Amino acid sequence: MADGSALSASLDLLAYSPPGWGANLLRGLGNTVLIALGAYGVGLFLGTLGAFGKLYGGPLTRDLLGLYTTLVRAVPELVLILILYFAVTDLVNQALLAMGYERIQISGVAAGIMVLGVVQGAYATEVLRGAIQSVPAGQIEAGRAMGMSPLLVARRVMLPLMLPAAIPGMANLWMIVTKDTALLAVVGFNELVQESRQAAGTTKAFFTFFMAAGVLFLCMSLVSNQIFARIEAWANKGTKRGGI
Amino acid sequence: MSLADPIRRHMPLRRWVLAAIGLGIIAYCALALNWSWLQTPKYQGMILQGVWNTIWILVVTMVLGFILAIPIGFVQAAGPWYLARPAQAFCTVIRGTPLLLQLWLLYYGLGSLFPMYPWIRESDLWPILRQAWPYAVLALTLSVAGYEGEVMRGAFKGVPQGQLEAARAFGMSRWGVFRRIWLPQAVAGVLPTIGGETVLQMKSTPLVATITVIDIYAVASRVRQDTFIIYEPLLLLALVYLTIAGVIVALFAWFESRLPKRIA
Repeated sequence: MADGSALSASLDLLAYSPPGWGANLLRGLGNTVLIALGAYGVGLFLGTLGAFGKLYGGPLTRDLLGLYTTLVRAVPELVLILILYFAVTDLVNQALLAMGYERIQISGVAAGIMVLGVVQGAYATEVLRGAIQSVPAGQIEAGRAMGMSPLLVARRVMLPLMLPAAIPGMANLWMIVTKDTALLAVVGFNELVQESRQAAGTTKAFFTFFMAAGVLFLCMSLVSNQIFARIEAWANKGTKRGGI
Repeated sequence: MSLADPIRRHMPLRRWVLAAIGLGIIAYCALALNWSWLQTPKYQGMILQGVWNTIWILVVTMVLGFILAIPIGFVQAAGPWYLARPAQAFCTVIRGTPLLLQLWLLYYGLGSLFPMYPWIRESDLWPILRQAWPYAVLALTLSVAGYEGEVMRGAFKGVPQGQLEAARAFGMSRWGVFRRIWLPQAVAGVLPTIGGETVLQMKSTPLVATITVIDIYAVASRVRQDTFIIYEPLLLLALVYLTIAGVIVALFAWFESRLPKRIA
């Protein structure tokens, strides 16, 4: 099977222009990157709020945030996607109906970003909380003693000192969110895996298309690794290297 | 946190309020939502079967994957380059692509290639290869091997050199050192990580429903399709997974408590 003609037939299937499915796969890749970026941003935002809430919030805030991180991290993303998708669509529509508007259909991209963002937020909360805790208390106290406002302390003292501890975890979360976008294929959203499944279903070349999607994912993760290595080197500038 | 600690003895008021709200929500869900489908014997049987399938797939793939992860981690930590490089590449590929894609590649991809070879179709294994669960078990096992291989690499490297030298000085063989010193210390060091990874693996199991393996997720989807009930089966699913996650966490906490710890 693995002779030259099979290989060239596979390559024809992957060509960019229409008898080939390359354009579809690239469009899927674009959607995957878009959702991953959006969800990562939402997750970072929720995670920052969650981390500060867990560390500096009142007891009730802490309990509620503990509930959020525990529940979200114990239930499969696939189930959460379904629950949140239906629940949020329902709530939005009921609110719209109550206000006298028409029902709307929430777009797949928006739903995907929102759901994966909520999941990411739970993990980011824990990553950022650990990173903030790694900042020596004396540094923060010194900042306050200098008369800095809490925001200024956060920006000038906390952020630069916590970044080295936060970036490995945040890099990991980026890897997770790029791969979690594949789950949206199950609810029928046209990201990379779904596009390759459609192409494979039409042409019956399952192996070719899933391999191609895998290679694209792998490239994405290798490029991301490089970028995060750069960011990590940048965040670590000025710290001592080597030795424990 | 000794017994004499007076603050710890009473649950604070806000916890009681939260617990009351939680119970209220549960009571609302139990009374106001439509659970009539739970009383049908057909669905009861399917749910039990689904939970059982989820659990055995989780246990089998974790055990097999971990057995694979030990050599994969070890050759990366201490092996020659011609073993370390392929192991590293394997971990990169598994960790760099979505599990769903790996699963579909194996099931649809291999599944579409196998029938082209007559000797596979004529072999005794064909009745097994035609089913979906071998592909589910294979994909999930490889996934565990990839992620845990990376964990074990760090674990093997983390065992202090002095321990190994001491064992050699006692006259242990190389295999004896590995079996009695290196491996146990490496595994003991990563037990908390493995517990967390087991929960992550549990969260990956519903993916097998996409290749027609009937786990609890597939059962819930089936109920939703049959009865047009949207939320209740999903809530049951969340409850089942929460329970399994709780059991996993408790089991690993018990494991860890059994390990001898050196108290300085």
